[in-house]
Amino acid sequence: MAEINANIPEGELTEKWTKFKSSVPLVNPSNKRTIEVIIVGSGLAGASAAATLAEMGYKVKCFCFQDSPRRAHSIAAQGGINAAKNYQNDGDSTYRLFYDTIKGGDYRAREANVHRLAEVSTNIIDQCVAQGVPLAREYGGLLDNRSFGGTQVQRTFYAAGQTGQQLLLGAYSALERQIGMGKVEMFTRHEMLEVVKIDGKARGIIARNLITGEIERHFGHAVVLGTGGYGNVFYLSTNAMGSNVTAAWKAHKQGAYFANPCYTQIHPTCIPVSGDHQSKLTLMSESLRNDGRIWVPKKKDDTRKASEIPEDERDYYLERRYPAFGNLVPRDVASRAAKERCDAGYGVGASKLAVYLDFKANTERYGKIEASKAGNHNPDKETCMRLGTEVIKAKYGNLFDMYAQITGENPYDTPMRIYPAVHYTMGGLWVDYNLMTSVPGLYCTGEANFSDHGANRLGASALMQGLADGYFVLPYTIGQYLSKEISVKAIPTDHPAFVEAEARAVGILNTLINIKGTKSVDYFHKKLGHIMWEKCGMARNEKGLNEAIQEIRALRADFWSNVRVPGASNEMNPELEKAGRVADFIELGELMCIDALNRNESCGGHFREEYQTEEGEALRDDVNYAYVAAWEFKEGVNFELHKEELKFENIKVAQRSYK
Amino acid sequence: MSTGNMNLTLKVWRQKNNKTKGALVDYKLSEISPDMSFLEMFDVLNEELVNKGDEPVVFDHDCREGICGACSMFINGRPHGPKDLVTTCQLHMRSFKDGDTIVVEPWRAAAFPVVKDLMVDRTAFDRIIASGGFISVNTGNAQDANALPIPKSQADAAFEAAACIGCGACVATCKNASAMLFTSAKISQLALLPQGQPERYRRAQSMVAQMDAEGFGNCTNTGACEAECPKGISLENIARMNRDFYSAKFVSEEEV
Repeated sequence: MAEINANIPEGELTEKWTKFKSSVPLVNPSNKRTIEVIIVGSGLAGASAAATLAEMGYKVKCFCFQDSPRRAHSIAAQGGINAAKNYQNDGDSTYRLFYDTIKGGDYRAREANVHRLAEVSTNIIDQCVAQGVPLAREYGGLLDNRSFGGTQVQRTFYAAGQTGQQLLLGAYSALERQIGMGKVEMFTRHEMLEVVKIDGKARGIIARNLITGEIERHFGHAVVLGTGGYGNVFYLSTNAMGSNVTAAWKAHKQGAYFANPCYTQIHPTCIPVSGDHQSKLTLMSESLRNDGRIWVPKKKDDTRKASEIPEDERDYYLERRYPAFGNLVPRDVASRAAKERCDAGYGVGASKLAVYLDFKANTERYGKIEASKAGNHNPDKETCMRLGTEVIKAKYGNLFDMYAQITGENPYDTPMRIYPAVHYTMGGLWVDYNLMTSVPGLYCTGEANFSDHGANRLGASALMQGLADGYFVLPYTIGQYLSKEISVKAIPTDHPAFVEAEARAVGILNTLINIKGTKSVDYFHKKLGHIMWEKCGMARNEKGLNEAIQEIRALRADFWSNVRVPGASNEMNPELEKAGRVADFIELGELMCIDALNRNESCGGHFREEYQTEEGEALRDDVNYAYVAAWEFKEGVNFELHKEELKFENIKVAQRSYK
Repeated sequence: MSTGNMNLTLKVWRQKNNKTKGALVDYKLSEISPDMSFLEMFDVLNEELVNKGDEPVVFDHDCREGICGACSMFINGRPHGPKDLVTTCQLHMRSFKDGDTIVVEPWRAAAFPVVKDLMVDRTAFDRIIASGGFISVNTGNAQDANALPIPKSQADAAFEAAACIGCGACVATCKNASAMLFTSAKISQLALLPQGQPERYRRAQSMVAQMDAEGFGNCTNTGACEAECPKGISLENIARMNRDFYSAKFVSEEEV
């Protein structure tokens, strides 16, 4: 198994990024005008990178499959974005954000990347505020913060439950400004189907115009993928319906290593599945755990309503097990604890696959404060609840409305029912310190890469990584590569490499159309999702993973002989788009299981049942598995493992404890 | 697990592309669960169509959490259907009755041409933003965020305007297909913040000009846009936009 080089700069951890920025080769402004960069994806990472590179003077082409860059799935993020501003004077610092993130990721992230992320986190907030992003403010006019899981400081900036929307609209407006000035050419309703490589370097893409079905060739001196995560491999997830792995997977097939594919974050507070008709799952922001207490009945199979279960018959299991962090333990810990209680027979609701998220205690507490502000120092319970409900409404109103709409229950009267669901994928294309994949000239940013989260992502850190990569990291690091490409003239797209890549893409489309089988694309997607959730989901074991690999291989064979895709390829055809994506998910699903099987330890979102402590916590094996598993694609859907050893020079690696 | 017992008749607009004529086509659906979202009900219909070898109905949708603004269906004559303050993806079948006939059409507006079936082209909105819906700040070197205190009431008002998801329901429901609620929401957001002041009047002029160039109609203060907006964007924004637009003609140093 070959080792790989992450190109981490020499020197002290705290100096690496500063030194890198001062010494990285620059591209002269007149050369920037002739250098073309392709950016695929227009979410936080893609839109911010496209806008920033255009501001710097590069010629940028940006692609997204939605009708507008404003609809990228970053828009759905609810809770907030972290930054080490220490505005609350509670002891936050760059080092503490770095430390919390490394620990939260169960010591499976790269120190140098995470430290850089913590360093630029403060610039992100400044940048967004300058753009007019309306982050929440206190009465004094200063920015407000709240807490998120896995930390003991308040460093999360937010805009009600719509933080992702506001940050994305900020990046989108910066992008539209460049589009308006003619410095970014935007291709909406386009899907990237192939990477074009010339002399080993990424030099362009093949894209399909989703409206006309036309196949297009686009040249770029470099290609950046900011195409998001692959949680939809599970079919049911919190991802948008269109979220897919196709661009990253096609890059993987052209030589970009895929790292840590088995690390999937399961979010603990999701609205539970109500039936087999369900197409997706909806999150209830982690910020709710600031004011919600999580509990199940102490009695097994308790069928009483929540309101009929007295206080002393409730098990606040997170507060019981983790007194220091309580309801604010990280997502992987909270998810596993919920599964453990439900598996043991204490689940609530019709399916028994749910726990309560209860706001009553804090509603009453807030009400008491409000009454006291109004001079009423001895309010009755009803007054407290009425006043407190107003406070809760102001903080989380849109989330409560969403819950009521989906479940038909009023969460102000009765506790929410929640259960873990697939949310964020920490795995992705392997990148070095420069965010370059193992294909020269091919970069990967945001959720699509693997780099900053380790085996688990703390809340409010995905938005931070997307914007850090796009605004502040890639625009510098890509210069190192492009400074050596200034003499390369734009390569005409009739070059044989473009012809060949287009033929590959067209070949797949035609094959899919011509199978003319009997089963729908969704049939295969649901089957795959079921295998993945049951055998490579919140808990995995060797036997299940081996079975899953066999089942996925059989599913792949069935797909390529029996899928039915109506319509033609030279027209708008969403079934054809889905078919291509599901074909890629099937191959990725197999790799996820192979990776999970290879990792004989538990860490973060990867919980192998064979490896746990007596108390049921994840049991890491730092001697044998402190590495990034980077998989190389080989002919015929085979994978070869490369290892990047993780060195922890600044943080003492320890058993994670939130007790 | 919920079981479905609703029987429905759908009348769905089918149109191959923007060069062909469209028509309403009838579909019968049975065993629909009241817990399904409206789009999940469409998934069931499409699965049936694919199984019969027919082409599924094309419609825009993505996050299914009510925030991306992609879903865009006219349901029984109302954008996003019969309930206030929800998008189609957050509309559930319990809002309908067993035996109902439901008419589903695409957004209606000349500036939103039909792409296929229920899908329309809303890129005019992007061009309105590109004409000035931003603050001209390059990446890097922004001052510390707390160096610019903003009164909470002002920040909250800006946030309320910024909550627009750009779905286009306001245009679709307006008898003049006016885009003034959308455009004014962005103008308001930036006009309410100190960061937005330097370009305030220039912005109002250029965004209004682009809105007109795209072929959106004028506002006659009917208020259908506000009534049908899934995010409750207020008509006040239109008043603010008008004030800024007219002020621009007096206070602006330059005409755009």
